[in-house]
Amino acid sequence: MTTTSTRATQITADKDLPMIRLTREFDAPVDKVFRAHTDAELFAQWNGPRRHETKIDHHDCRTGGSYRFIHLSNGNEYAFHGSFHEVRPSELIVQTFTFEGMPDGVSLEKLVFEDLGSGRTRLTTTSLVDSFEGRDAFLASGMESGVQEMYQRLDELLAG
Amino acid sequence: MLRVVSTVVNRMVEHARQFPDDEPLSRVFSALADPIRRDMVARLSTADATVNELAEPYDVTLQAVSKHLRVLEEAGLVSRSRDAQRRPVHLEAKVFELMTKWIERYRQQAEERYSRLDEVLRSMPDHDDPTPPVHSTPRRKGKSR
Repeated sequence: MTTTSTRATQITADKDLPMIRLTREFDAPVDKVFRAHTDAELFAQWNGPRRHETKIDHHDCRTGGSYRFIHLSNGNEYAFHGSFHEVRPSELIVQTFTFEGMPDGVSLEKLVFEDLGSGRTRLTTTSLVDSFEGRDAFLASGMESGVQEMYQRLDELLAG
Repeated sequence: MLRVVSTVVNRMVEHARQFPDDEPLSRVFSALADPIRRDMVARLSTADATVNELAEPYDVTLQAVSKHLRVLEEAGLVSRSRDAQRRPVHLEAKVFELMTKWIERYRQQAEERYSRLDEVLRSMPDHDDPTPPVHSTPRRKGKSR
């Protein structure tokens, strides 16, 4: 299933693999887009849901490095971490991604930076998880009901 | 496991919102928990199919396939026309709606994030130093973990 519109983020949920692909173009040269990913301060400015503040624990974006950040929302903290498996300037970032609330779950993410010329860049991100349930959980995590409501419901569910 | 639970809970939340009077929610989730049934749903998402057509790729009896179908039917995920000779199996639209909604929300969230990245990119000065920050000194010294 694919949603398209001009310039906006395009998404594909693969039918045969538990994978999500996001594609987006930016009016900025590729080295800038890349730097906004590798520089911790810049990264903190745009990463995460709008309502959440992002606190960077560490962000060592190089081959063999690692990262950890925390989203703060209404006094709750949600931490995420992963390893940078391969980092090639203005070209590629291969990393893992784990929500610490589900430490056994991991997605493998590949960020491909493409120089489109005329100061434009295309970023393609693929996230591969180890099951369709995991993929659907990622998709479902975009729901406006949010994590808190989910946990409230889970509490109710477990209490009932 | 937790991940699966969260999927289920999210499905429940969404489903409960769409169908507030629908009490046997657990049926939907146990129906989708089986890989053959999930595969059936995936195949029915392209076109209606008869029981025989559905049974073809699986190494199971027709009875077993009928049983799977009954589970999906009872969960309200598929329906079968009563009168037509072939009685093709039809996927109920709410399955698509659920999936499409999840995908669209996820996309919107990514778009929100990327519009903030647009702003960050606009605020960044042009880079004179040809050395990318990748080669800068790591923030952590020594062996991590």
